[in-house]
Amino acid sequence: MADIAARGPTATVGDSRSSLHKLMQRKSTIAFLMALPLILLVLILVAYPAGYAVYLATLNKGMTRFVGFGNFEFLFGRETFWMVVYQSCLFAITAVIFKAIIGFVVAHFVHNIPSKGQRKWRGMLLVPWVIPPAMSTLAWLWLFDPSYSAINWILAHLGIAAVPWTGEADWARFSVILVNVWIGSPFFMIMYLAALKSVPDQLYEAASIDGATWWQRIWYVTLPMMRNIIAITALFSLIVTFANFDIVRVLTAGGPLNSTHIFGTWAFRVGIESGDIPLGASVSLFMVPILAVAATFILRDITKRGSEV
Amino acid sequence: MAQVTLRKIVKKYDEVLAVRGIDLDIVDKEFLVLVGPSGCGKSTTLRMIAGLEEISGGDIAIGGHVVNDVPPKDRDIAMVFQNYALYPHMNVYENMSFGLKLKKTPKDEIDKRVKQAAGILDITELLDRKPKQLSGGQRQRVAMGRAIVRDPKVFLFDEPLSNLDAKLRVQMRTEIKKVHQKVRTTTVYVTHDQIEAMTLADRVVVMNAGLIEQVGTPNDLYHSPATKFVAGFIGSPAMNFIPCQLEQAAGALRVRLSDKLSFPVPSDRTARYASHAGKANLVLGLRPEHIAETRPHTEANQHDFDMMIDVDEPMGMETLIYFTIGRTDICGRVNPNAGAASGKEMKLRADLSNMHLIDDGTGKVL
Amino acid sequence: MADAAITAGTVARPNYGSMSRDRRWALRWSYFFLVLFAIFFLMPPIYMLITSLKTSQEISAAGNPWWIYDPTLENYIELLTQNHYLTFFRNSAIVSVCVVALTMLISVIAAFALARMKFWGSATLATGVFLTYLIPETLLFIPLFKMFAWVNETLGIQLMNHWWTLIILYPTLTVPFCTWIMIGYFASIPKELDEAALIDGATWTQTLTKIFIPVALPGIIAATIFAFTVSWAQFLYPLAFTTSATELVLPVGIITTLIKGDVFNWGQIMTGALLGAAPPLVIYAFLMDYYIAGLTAGATKG
Repeated sequence: MADIAARGPTATVGDSRSSLHKLMQRKSTIAFLMALPLILLVLILVAYPAGYAVYLATLNKGMTRFVGFGNFEFLFGRETFWMVVYQSCLFAITAVIFKAIIGFVVAHFVHNIPSKGQRKWRGMLLVPWVIPPAMSTLAWLWLFDPSYSAINWILAHLGIAAVPWTGEADWARFSVILVNVWIGSPFFMIMYLAALKSVPDQLYEAASIDGATWWQRIWYVTLPMMRNIIAITALFSLIVTFANFDIVRVLTAGGPLNSTHIFGTWAFRVGIESGDIPLGASVSLFMVPILAVAATFILRDITKRGSEV
Repeated sequence: MAQVTLRKIVKKYDEVLAVRGIDLDIVDKEFLVLVGPSGCGKSTTLRMIAGLEEISGGDIAIGGHVVNDVPPKDRDIAMVFQNYALYPHMNVYENMSFGLKLKKTPKDEIDKRVKQAAGILDITELLDRKPKQLSGGQRQRVAMGRAIVRDPKVFLFDEPLSNLDAKLRVQMRTEIKKVHQKVRTTTVYVTHDQIEAMTLADRVVVMNAGLIEQVGTPNDLYHSPATKFVAGFIGSPAMNFIPCQLEQAAGALRVRLSDKLSFPVPSDRTARYASHAGKANLVLGLRPEHIAETRPHTEANQHDFDMMIDVDEPMGMETLIYFTIGRTDICGRVNPNAGAASGKEMKLRADLSNMHLIDDGTGKVL
Repeated sequence: MADAAITAGTVARPNYGSMSRDRRWALRWSYFFLVLFAIFFLMPPIYMLITSLKTSQEISAAGNPWWIYDPTLENYIELLTQNHYLTFFRNSAIVSVCVVALTMLISVIAAFALARMKFWGSATLATGVFLTYLIPETLLFIPLFKMFAWVNETLGIQLMNHWWTLIILYPTLTVPFCTWIMIGYFASIPKELDEAALIDGATWTQTLTKIFIPVALPGIIAATIFAFTVSWAQFLYPLAFTTSATELVLPVGIITTLIKGDVFNWGQIMTGALLGAAPPLVIYAFLMDYYIAGLTAGATKG
């Protein structure tokens, strides 16, 4: 009896196992189908174009002939290209630093005031981030207008001479950074504020009891606790600023004399407006290294956090 | 009829065996508790019965039908989860009726069953609340209500009380037992808490390292454990395990605990233990309640000895005392008025009629 | 004894006083700087509003640019009746709504599959999706430009210069991030909840529609807002791929039609920009908490 009972099941085990296996397979097939639109979207409209850009970069202007690194050699020989490299890095790095500092300071002030007022202030201070950048840059362009600048009007009343905001190379660079910072620091502020809220009050109390001044509290408690958020927000922002297009395009269109062009806008000028698609593709490809570095760091942080959970 | 039968159940996660071949027959209307330390495979076994885990080998039958391949919804089971798993966006009524609604049960039938289950659990006035508005105990009731409404062949409980505080846990324990007496559905209940297992179960299954150690009624397990693991797992404070030697001297059998301390083996056990005399790795198992203060009147197999008390812990109705023999800490339970005090010598009495002799090599109770 | 108590009191009291005074000053400074920053942050939008209410004579006059001497709605009326502005607005609205619908459809379903159903390579895909989010559009518009030309040559479908092309393109900017935050939200739903649904007899579709979507609704709202703001604000793709006045969307439309050579019609440009900024601002005003949840989700969730 026991024998039969033991054998009976084993006879059915073979096919029951396989049909269950089929069931599991069907589940993963369905899951795959559910993710398929996403996969196709990424492959056709992101991965393929990204690869295609590399191919395009190796063609001549008429796209009839393979020129290998010809486009890159041509770029290395042009002064404008090196200006673009310098300006892209300068804008990205300075803007991110100032965004981070202003965001941190503002977040602290918002965190300092009674919590019932915080919502209102936070709401007001995030407005620059909410307005589409092309639209708000238009407002800045008008504020910087050579003849009617409303900022210069205020400066004139303070006895300061008119500033050629977008007219001179260095001032134009300053203006681009300023608008970048204006748009980006509210984002930092929001991220920091979320992080500040997650620092337990007991830590500050313990630090005060240990005799820490407010500055030491920030340096030894707040900053270390927020290190991760600061790092990841800065990396995100670095990518966004580095690959920016809207602000420079609207504010200066790369001028005066290419002194504010960055990779995105110059690639547009060369590739679309001047019709040299391969050269434009080559220009845009120079963004890849720095993006790859930033992405690696972000990804490392995310997988690390994933394994901690 | 809703008996559940497990035959040679095996579960492999990648190459790790979580359940290593279990045979179990759960009788109709029985309340069966799977108990064991975490990682012993009890939850995995329950989840295999529910159909939430694939089985890697063996067969599960519910009501006589092999259900290896049947999806959970067609197994006619209901499950109560540790974190209740109430749908947070539905109110209590919707939570309880969700399964019936998916089965396209007529509306008035659903209404009748939900009201009835709510009546049994005393949650009628909570029906239009959301889970967020409920206390832990109320959520627990709703989770049970959701199971009762479906009128399944088998109830499955996965550590349902471990998220409750101690007081509520005792209360809900009684509640679950009452509900089972009312609905009389075959129940499989998983817990790591041996007191929960003892108080609730018709039969208890003690599991360890993916295998069944022993199956039996709560009293069976308490008084006649089959293995050292069961002996140590059931009962609180846990049974004392004292390394010992079995000596054959002048036709009588004695357990020697130390140079100074030895007791004669009760006469009804002499025959059973005689062949183990002189063996190494023997352990004497004696529950704390069988080590008490001395009393004027002596019964058979009770022996007095003197001992220095290391620590005393007054519990109110009794006092726990701790002392050392060799390197083993031993616990006893004495009358609070017996004058036990830390660092003081005390006359104690061991009741050997409830002793267990264990082979520490095989882990078997002899 | 009494003496001692009094001296102790006089020592202690100013101490307390100075502490609360410190705090009061800290608060005052906080408000002071917050007001400064608020002026800096709100100056451009306020100046937009001021300019939009001025006549063109006043704009080119030499008076105080921060004051409106002769308020008028002229710019609004002219913009909404004479130009293509309403066409731009309509194009933007249709594109954004379609992109949001498409994005949520693709990303919610994919996120559910990636978070719960697991298949071969699903973990890699989740990471890949996140990487995609980091690839900027400035890298892709040139090859896309060429691909569109190729599509026109071989399939005879002209993708250039049509506003609906943007409906195909924008999801590349919205789907990866929305999928990513939805994976985060879905992953935070306890596994027992879908097991309970499974036992209750729900199919995968029912688990998604009846359990996951309602439970993760805050995440879905946050992702929807994100998708909308991104498609509403996108500037590069419409600039590169659309040219005719009837096919333009808002930001590009304002810049290409209201700036004629060197002539800037500032009154109308500011009006157009302000109205163009209005939809995201209104959504933000009403759903601020969801908006912020979506912003912080990328870095704090997942």
